[in-house]
Amino acid sequence: MSTINEERPADALRAHDAAARRDHEETRPLGGIAGWVDDRTGGTKGVSTLMKKVFPDHWSFMLGEIAMYSMIICLLTGVFLTFWFIPSMTQSPYDGSYVPLQGVMVSDAYRSTLDISFDIRGGLLIRQIHHWAALIFVVAVFCHMARVFFTGAFRKPREINWVFGTILSLLACIEGFAGYSLPDDLLSGTGIRAMNGFVQSIPVIGSYMAYFIFGGAFPGELIIPRLYSLHILLVPAALVGLFTAHILLVFLQKHTQYPGPGRTNNNVVGYPFMPVYIAKAGGFFFIVFGVIALISAVVSINPIWGYGPYDPSPITAGSQPDWYMGFADGALRLLPGFLEFVAFGFTFSMNIFPGSILLLPIMWTIIGIYPFVEKWVTGDDREHHLLDRPRNAPARTGIGVAGIVLYSVLFFAAGNDLMAIKLHLSINDITNTLRVLFFIGPPIAYWITKRICLSMQQYDRDKVLHGRETGTIWRHANGEFEEIHAPLTPRERWHLVQQEVQEPFVVTETTDAHGVANPVARKDQWRAKLSHFYFKDRVDPVTPAELEAAHHAHGPALATEPTETEAAETEASEPAIERH
Amino acid sequence: MKALAARRRHPAAIALLILVGLLVTGGAYSFAAPKDANASAAAADTVAQGKTLFLANCASCHGTGAQGTNEGPSLYGVGAAAVDFQMSTGRMPMTSPNVQAPAQQDIKFTSDQIAAIAAFVASLAPGPAVPDQQYTTVIEPGTQENNEAIARGGEIFRVNCAMCHNFAGAGGALTRGKYAPPLQGIDPVHIYEAMVTGPQSMPVFSDTNIKPASKQQLISYLHAIENRPEQGGMTLGNLGPVSEGLFAWTFGIGILIGCAIWLGKKAA
Repeated sequence: MSTINEERPADALRAHDAAARRDHEETRPLGGIAGWVDDRTGGTKGVSTLMKKVFPDHWSFMLGEIAMYSMIICLLTGVFLTFWFIPSMTQSPYDGSYVPLQGVMVSDAYRSTLDISFDIRGGLLIRQIHHWAALIFVVAVFCHMARVFFTGAFRKPREINWVFGTILSLLACIEGFAGYSLPDDLLSGTGIRAMNGFVQSIPVIGSYMAYFIFGGAFPGELIIPRLYSLHILLVPAALVGLFTAHILLVFLQKHTQYPGPGRTNNNVVGYPFMPVYIAKAGGFFFIVFGVIALISAVVSINPIWGYGPYDPSPITAGSQPDWYMGFADGALRLLPGFLEFVAFGFTFSMNIFPGSILLLPIMWTIIGIYPFVEKWVTGDDREHHLLDRPRNAPARTGIGVAGIVLYSVLFFAAGNDLMAIKLHLSINDITNTLRVLFFIGPPIAYWITKRICLSMQQYDRDKVLHGRETGTIWRHANGEFEEIHAPLTPRERWHLVQQEVQEPFVVTETTDAHGVANPVARKDQWRAKLSHFYFKDRVDPVTPAELEAAHHAHGPALATEPTETEAAETEASEPAIERH
Repeated sequence: MKALAARRRHPAAIALLILVGLLVTGGAYSFAAPKDANASAAAADTVAQGKTLFLANCASCHGTGAQGTNEGPSLYGVGAAAVDFQMSTGRMPMTSPNVQAPAQQDIKFTSDQIAAIAAFVASLAPGPAVPDQQYTTVIEPGTQENNEAIARGGEIFRVNCAMCHNFAGAGGALTRGKYAPPLQGIDPVHIYEAMVTGPQSMPVFSDTNIKPASKQQLISYLHAIENRPEQGGMTLGNLGPVSEGLFAWTFGIGILIGCAIWLGKKAA
């Protein structure tokens, strides 16, 4: 029998404590199970903040969600696969139900993958979902990255999150490559063989590294168990951990939003997480899962039974890595063979090393440091929660497109053999063309993109000043024809005039008062040069004065403009505004 | 033996030995040599007919004596198998000068005419003959013995053929616009002939490289994988990860972005 809740004489001295406790019982925000949990964790406050969090709505913000959901799908289906997969290279004759391989010596890894495909109920579907989700995961990561880049969402305070995202995308590729290598079929074995060669191409230490990684000469019996540990343990843990930090920062810093009436750097306009966003996002998870499951049910991926077991002597035409490693394969195909040389008794495989080993860290470093470079050039230390329209940052957009073109040249080079067959071209011509494009493609792309951006800005300017073309032609009494332009509503106009345009930074003083060259100024000169590169060509948004002048020039407006209050009323449909 | 040893220095011994040697060689040859049952007027007629056809249709590139010109190679020693392969698949006569003769559906000659030209070319110099039906009959899966023969054919295929023709026989690119054609839906006889004659850029896989029985297993493997149901669904051409990546970048992300746009437009 418990005595804790019995009245004790001393309780009289603490009468108001009891009143406070009663108060708490009465004013407790939640009852039932939620209250029970809150009593023990005190989580209500935090969860309530989370639930009221406002998120802006735009399809391009959902690219990251696609990536997140496909990663979760990979985790779920991956668990199923680990129930059956045996990461071992021990050989024995195959006796499963796939007839054209019966009696062939295969490794346990390959046999268990065949068993998953043919002898385990639902195994092939789960395997295909796992692989398709992996491909779509990395596609979505890259699309999300492009969205963040082109809208300038990486600017202060989100530079750290950009770096996290960069590392996540690299981890996604590594994770994919490790998974691609596991089934020990002819294709994945060829991939591991290529990796072995890449490691060996590292100058001086390459062969030692290769022995270290493979535990001896290729292929050995260790590489698949090792890659398996990386694939199911280390890399997923790093991915999930970093991803959690990534999404936590989004919550902390609040989501960026596209510019629009009522949207400022100090608020977020959108819908609260609960109940709207949680329904939308939760529903979208099932859409993504459904689409991937549908694709996996009807489209074959990596038919390992066709490739046959790995054996170092055969190779198949069309041996390529999965797409996200394609750019490195393409770099290898473009690198000319004469770059290999021997010096000091070592072979320097410069026909392989730059494309296979050096390219990855270089590419991801450039991506990772971009926000810091741009910040240094602009000298902009303000926080940015409003996104740029890509056309309003012509130099950045140009750089981004140039980068995509460079990447695509390498990416398409990896498929040069298939382009040759399908387009009836010579593989040599394709390779040489791509070699040239590697150098001239990005500058041309930069130039064209920048010009398109500037002309779109110019078009926006014209639209603000003269209104939208209505397609209605009026004939005046004097015989003159005129097209009627309808003026924009303030709401329409907002998007077109909200941007700020930066002037190039100019160095005024290069020497100090005594005529001595100033070392700080030298750094500034570099900055000025880059700033000139970024901002020398610009189109200023229309100022209110210019707009006023244009209206007077056009005479009385033909269509009636909504008043400011009317515009504000249309704003009211935006339901939630969260202040910073 | 003693009596034979005593006479081995007899003056007639050498002549006798030569005689025996010639008889054995000749006799063995008569058994081993390719024979034509009616090696007479009929065969001679076929060769003559073949020669006429050859002069009318092939000589402009291969030369009137099949000795070859700048436009086409010599046909000495290519054998009947090469003629049968090239003409029955529509590769010859070549429609236009190019890096490689493509296979065509529209065959310009009857099988008798092709056989006649083949006989004429084979009469010029010895070469591989059109293969026996024994080795071009497909082994059907079913018994364990047959299944293992097919699997063995798969191993031979992967080691010798997949590097150009791709793991599923979907074909692959070679240098300067040349290519290894797809192997689906090809007559077993033509696969066999291609191996023994090495058409275009293909190397010759003689009976020493791959035994006739192994060739039969290889052909049976190709037949078996072609006639299997596709468990995984649409194959995307069996071209490997490139077509899969293309699919992910077009249909995969395309459908998902479409859904995202639809969801983004949906009012809350």
